[in-house]
Amino acid sequence: MRLTDILFLAYTTLIRYPLRTIMLLIATSIGVMAVILLTAVGEGARDYITGEFRSLGTNLLIVIPGRNETSGGGNPAGLAGLSPRPLTIEDAQSLYQIDNVKSIAPVVIGEAPAQYDGLERSASIIGTTPVFSSIRGWEMESGSFLPGVTLRYSPPVCAIGKEIKAELFGDEVALGEWIRIGDRRCRVAGVIAEEGRAIGIDVQKVVIIPVALGTALFNRDSLFRIILDVKDSTRMEQTMQSIESIIKRRHQGKEDITVIKQDTVLQSFDNIFNVLTMALGSIASISLFVAGILIMNVMLVAVSQRQAEIGLLKAIGAKNKQINNLFVVEAIMLSGSGAIMGLILGHTITQALKVAFPTFNFLPPSWASYVSLLVALISGIVFGLLPAKRAAKLDPVEALSGNK
Amino acid sequence: MIRLEKLSREFQVGNQVVHALDEVDLEIKENEYVSIMGVSGSGKSTLLNILGLLDTPTSGDYILSGINTSKMDDDEMAGIRSTKIGFVFQSFHLIPRLTAFENIEMPMILSGMNPKERSEKVSSALEKVGLTDRSDHKPEQLSGGQRQRVAIARSIVMEPDVLLADEPTGNLDTSSGNEVVKLIEELNIAGLTLIVVTHDREMGERSNRLIELRDGKIINDQNQKKA
Repeated sequence: MRLTDILFLAYTTLIRYPLRTIMLLIATSIGVMAVILLTAVGEGARDYITGEFRSLGTNLLIVIPGRNETSGGGNPAGLAGLSPRPLTIEDAQSLYQIDNVKSIAPVVIGEAPAQYDGLERSASIIGTTPVFSSIRGWEMESGSFLPGVTLRYSPPVCAIGKEIKAELFGDEVALGEWIRIGDRRCRVAGVIAEEGRAIGIDVQKVVIIPVALGTALFNRDSLFRIILDVKDSTRMEQTMQSIESIIKRRHQGKEDITVIKQDTVLQSFDNIFNVLTMALGSIASISLFVAGILIMNVMLVAVSQRQAEIGLLKAIGAKNKQINNLFVVEAIMLSGSGAIMGLILGHTITQALKVAFPTFNFLPPSWASYVSLLVALISGIVFGLLPAKRAAKLDPVEALSGNK
Repeated sequence: MIRLEKLSREFQVGNQVVHALDEVDLEIKENEYVSIMGVSGSGKSTLLNILGLLDTPTSGDYILSGINTSKMDDDEMAGIRSTKIGFVFQSFHLIPRLTAFENIEMPMILSGMNPKERSEKVSSALEKVGLTDRSDHKPEQLSGGQRQRVAIARSIVMEPDVLLADEPTGNLDTSSGNEVVKLIEELNIAGLTLIVVTHDREMGERSNRLIELRDGKIINDQNQKKA
């Protein structure tokens, strides 16, 4: 029997029972569409997050106090649970001796009340240097970002987020005014124009102060982290080693810091979201199997409805295998065309969502299309097999005398 | 060309064993025109099913064109049905969603013949049954007589040795029944072995040889002069 003939015969049955065919097409296409849409959301989220990180530049190195990765034979001090040596402003300063380091932004963070003219609200505080703003590429709404502040020198100035400005000053001019942060005072030198988040903090709700003021304010001698901007990203590894050896020397030979690349962070987010997307995809493909079971159900009914036809085909010389193939192909055609319909629907809807929500990028990954099509076809084969076997095994005499 | 030796077919009905065919011996030669008659339950349909390799005997042998079919598997029997046997049924058994042309084409589709050859054979078969102008009609658009003629065309496209007809006129009025009978008799004259199962005595008496069955045994087997 020729493949084109099998396809034609299967096609005629699909046309013959339009309602049945449409129902099954809808069931399968919903399954495929669910896979496309859910993975598009997952992939979109991944793209969004990694995009946020990438916008920070990939030339960044981050130094964190404490060793959370062991290299080589392991670190007995780490195993003993010793608390890490503080990472100080002086440590940050010392890293300037590496010629591949362009700029250094030490960071200390905390929470403190911000007061002005009897108004008070709790604010997130970041203590850092002007480099922080240039690394992140921030724009100022007015004023400048921590003018005159260096690693060593910390004049009492601060930059505030838009929401802090609005809540403490309303429509009044904030620049040049003194605000109280905890038990310190500083002069507002700039208002940050940005929205969004930085190291997990809402930029609009932040007060940024000089790093030395920050350590004093929180009475803490360790930095939260040091962010370094590197001149030549191809010498990243070498620079990381230099950082480790310099800090090690300063910390009496203890390897108690972790240096990570922005890339590494990006990579781990990437991985997390890939797994998430795949999990969403597999949940959605359960609906494909449900559709497969529907197909099986309907095919079983079809076998008993078409007994007389099966009997006739046997009488005119159809082998059991041929009957089997006819029904399997019919099931595959159902699931396959349902899947194609679902692909079209899914992609159309993601395009529509892109138009409706331009800030979030819905990106159905290409593997989702292939996998959902494959799963649909496999479920067609698997669930078509039982009805087809039943049809092939029918006794021709009984089948012929069955319904017509 | 057909030889049955001590052929029996038993059915289990509840606790009872029914002998649909009881040690039947029968020989049918090439190009014979045989009617098989009998009341219902006499075993005539079972005999036809066995002759058509749709059913297998419980015991005994069925030798078709010198080949013993008793030990054949499903596929081998399907192969013989495809090439050597043509069926005509009382209820036509056309596939409703296919046109007359496609219905006639079906046995050749199953045998994997190429479309060009198929098309030629269908056209000549349609011509033989006088339905060339109905080739694109679906069964529901055809009269009973026309449907049966399509079924006859389908039964002969593979050029079988034997045509088995099970009450071929049973669902037809007298005039279209007569047309159908004439058509298959012409095929017999042209060389086809024809075996007709009927309970219609008038039709039975048209054949050259009349076999009567009762309770699974042949009770009468006579040659008769054609009118």
